[in-house]
Amino acid sequence: MKNRWLAAYAAFAYLFLHVPLLVLTVFSFNASRFTHWEGFSLKWYAVLLEDHRLIEAALNSILIAVAATALATVIGTIAAYGIWKRSAPVLEGSLYTGLVTPEIVTGVSLLALFQGLFHYFNFRLGLHTVILAHVTFSIAYVVIVIQARLKTMDKSLEEAAMDLGATEFGAFRKVTLPVLMPGVIAAALLAFTISFDDYVITSLVSGVDTETLPMVIYTMARKGVSPAVNAMSALIVIGVGALIVAAEKLQQQHT
Amino acid sequence: MNHVLEVRAVSKSFGANHAVRDVSLNVERGELFALLGPSGCGKTTVLRMIAGFETPDRGDVLLDGKQIAQLKPYERNVSTVFQNYALFPHLTARQNIEFGLRHKGNAIGDLAARTQKVLELVQMLGKEERFPARLSGGEKQRIALARSLAIEPDLLLLDEPLSALDPKLRKRVRGELKDLQRRVGITFIIVTHDQEEAMAMADRVALMNKGILEQMGTPEAIYLRPKTRFVASFLGSVNWRGEYGVRPEVVRISPTAPRNGARSHRAQIHSSLFLGNCFHVEARLEDGTALTAEIPRQDQTYLPGENVHVWWHPDDEIHLPAAS
Repeated sequence: MKNRWLAAYAAFAYLFLHVPLLVLTVFSFNASRFTHWEGFSLKWYAVLLEDHRLIEAALNSILIAVAATALATVIGTIAAYGIWKRSAPVLEGSLYTGLVTPEIVTGVSLLALFQGLFHYFNFRLGLHTVILAHVTFSIAYVVIVIQARLKTMDKSLEEAAMDLGATEFGAFRKVTLPVLMPGVIAAALLAFTISFDDYVITSLVSGVDTETLPMVIYTMARKGVSPAVNAMSALIVIGVGALIVAAEKLQQQHT
Repeated sequence: MNHVLEVRAVSKSFGANHAVRDVSLNVERGELFALLGPSGCGKTTVLRMIAGFETPDRGDVLLDGKQIAQLKPYERNVSTVFQNYALFPHLTARQNIEFGLRHKGNAIGDLAARTQKVLELVQMLGKEERFPARLSGGEKQRIALARSLAIEPDLLLLDEPLSALDPKLRKRVRGELKDLQRRVGITFIIVTHDQEEAMAMADRVALMNKGILEQMGTPEAIYLRPKTRFVASFLGSVNWRGEYGVRPEVVRISPTAPRNGARSHRAQIHSSLFLGNCFHVEARLEDGTALTAEIPRQDQTYLPGENVHVWWHPDDEIHLPAAS
């Protein structure tokens, strides 16, 4: 009896979390442009394929997210490892400040920095400044996720590796990193999602020529959401879902 | 003299904490040596300096006559079995053993044969494909031992090798470890806070306290001829009586005064506990002091309140001034 209530509660919680995504996906297959069902149709996916602005923005978003994730994961992993090996309260504190600073403040300050740099270096706002900005705010998330994993890691593992003949770098590469890998993957997934999703900072530092998916959708939503946006969102949900499943599979191989 | 290890006047501080002060010891080839002492006495720091995880502030560490104090752990032919075993969780038991062989053992050619040999030695054949998470505590220890033995170190260091085991397992593993040490002929240094463990296993014991080496010698020598009150009390209980002490097991009790030569006192039985192998008796002497005796089960039993004579041979007294 108790189990049945628990199951019902869990089902409700899952529904609450996922019904919006389900509705979105269902309406992406709706023949009508309005929110009443007229029949199954793939026409919005066809419209989406024709919409060069949306496609380009999506490609930009993916490119930015992949580049920012790769950089932030490498830097964040090394930072977390460094803080774990030798405590660095100031560095650690400054990372957490990054987390609590309002996005708008981070965005404006980055914009000011970039504009300052333009006086000395010949470059303009664009994809690269967005990537740099995303790396900046993703590092703290990466560090936190990896620190959580490091807390459960036995410090004598690295000593054991060196005891058995591995150098400091060998111990890191052959023992610490493989043990940390599930945390690194989780951190990368989080960084990817945060980067892909970001609007405020991105719109400030992207300049006039670069648009990301959240920016385009936001602009389009002001004129009423097109079902093509639903179709794009459905594809994103499926893409992210596939990534998470793949990450889970990878983690299971390690244990 | 055939010393495999010499530690000469080694000191190490961590901030204001003088963990190890001026400790010297030597370990002979093929012996089982115990570093004994209460927690925080510096024994683990000494072990870590021998392994290369800490560098001494002062003093020398010599392995086979060669200076190793400044060498990295991977540059010295010493191996450690960690207290929690530190098996690599992402590698199988076999891969754990091969890790050392690939890096330190110079034995890439006969990797499989040597892995097989050490697995056999620790009786873990058949479980080599398991991940550490699927091994019991005792099995983890065997794999950790095999991993260290595989690289054939000059010196094997064991940090509290029995403390993580089930109390029932401890006595058995104690014997197995000693037996294993004899068979492989490698010098073992064990760190322990348990004096019974040290005395039962070691050929020689070094007892440390507050960063200082108190005494070094065979278990018998340091038990029977302690140089300080700390050593005497750490290795077993002592009834301290002014300038000397007597261990409870040498105290005898009888209804009448004993024969000549013994040091005898009139006393009253305060309590008498049956411990199975002996009686634990508390007596009050005429001068008001208390005395503990452990008397054989075969002896007459005494009841609280009974008036008796307690006595011992003066040869059994431990004469040490109270100040030491």
